[in-house]
Amino acid sequence: MSRLRALGAFIYDFVIGDDPLIAAGIVVGLGLTAALEGAGVAAWWLMPIAVVALLSLSLRRATR
Amino acid sequence: MSRDVLLFLTVFLACAVEGVEAVTIVLAAGLTRGWRSALAGVGAALVVLAAIVAALGPALTVLPIDVLRLVVGGLLLVFGLQWLRKAILRASGFKALHDEDAIFAAELAAAQAAGRDPRGIDGYGFTVSFKGVLLEGLEVAFIVVTFGSNQHNVPLAALAALAAVAAVVAAGVAVRAPLSRIPENTLKYGVGVMLTAFGTFWGVEGAGAHWPGGDTAIPILIAFTFAVSIVLVAGMRRRHSPQVAAR
Repeated sequence: MSRLRALGAFIYDFVIGDDPLIAAGIVVGLGLTAALEGAGVAAWWLMPIAVVALLSLSLRRATR
Repeated sequence: MSRDVLLFLTVFLACAVEGVEAVTIVLAAGLTRGWRSALAGVGAALVVLAAIVAALGPALTVLPIDVLRLVVGGLLLVFGLQWLRKAILRASGFKALHDEDAIFAAELAAAQAAGRDPRGIDGYGFTVSFKGVLLEGLEVAFIVVTFGSNQHNVPLAALAALAAVAAVVAAGVAVRAPLSRIPENTLKYGVGVMLTAFGTFWGVEGAGAHWPGGDTAIPILIAFTFAVSIVLVAGMRRRHSPQVAAR
C-alpha cells in the first residue's frame, strides 16, 4: 500500500508539480479552445492568453 | 529556423538538463561508494528504461494524431510552465539558484554516512545510481517519444537526446566533479520557454484549431513566450528589491 501511495505521489509530482492551478488552467483552456472551434469560432488565440494569465497568477501565488 | 533544427535544439537542451542531474547523482555515488556499484546501478536503470520505452513507445504511434497532440501538448504545457515558473522565480531572486555543488555535497554526505557492506556490490551506491538514472531517464524518454512522434521524426529526437547525454557524460568523466560550470539555470529557463511554446502549438492544434501561418507560428510562439517571461522577471525583480531592502 505504501509503495502504491509512493507511486501515486511520484506521478502527481511528475505531472502536476508545485502548482495544481497550472494543470487545471491548461485543461480548462484547451477544453474552451475545443468548444469554441466546435461552435465554428477560430480559437487559436485563446491558449497564448491563458498561458500568460496562468503564469502571472501562479507567480503571484508563489510570492504572496 | 527549420522545424527539424528547432526539434533537435529543444530535445538536446531538455535532455542535457536531465543529464546534468543524473550525472551529479552518479558521480557522488561512484566517488564515495565505488564505481562498480554506481555503474551497475546505471546499467540496471538503462535496461529498465529500454523495457519501458519498448513497451510504451509503439502504443503512442497508434493514437490518432489530434488526440496525441492534445494530450502531449497539454502535458508539455504543464511541464513547460512549471519549469518557466521556477526559472522566473530564480531569475528574479525569489528562489535560490539550482546549485549542483550543493546537491553534490548533500549526496556525498548522505553516501558517506550510510552503512557499507564490504562484500560485492554496495547496495546504497547501486540504489542511488539506479534511481537517479531511472527518474531522469524517464523524463528524457518522455521528451524523445513525445517530441519525436509529434514531429514525425523520432530518430532525430533520439539522436538529439543521445548527443546531449553523451556530451554531459563526457563532461562528467572529464571533471569527475559536479557539473557546476554548466549554466543549468539558464538552460532550464530556455527549456521552459521551448516546452511552453511547443506545448501551446500542439495543444491548440490537438483541440481542433489552426494556427495562422501554420508551422511559422512555432518560432513566433517561442519569441512571444520569451518576451512575456522577460517582462515578468523585470516586474518581479522590482517587487523583490524593496522586500530585500526592508529586511
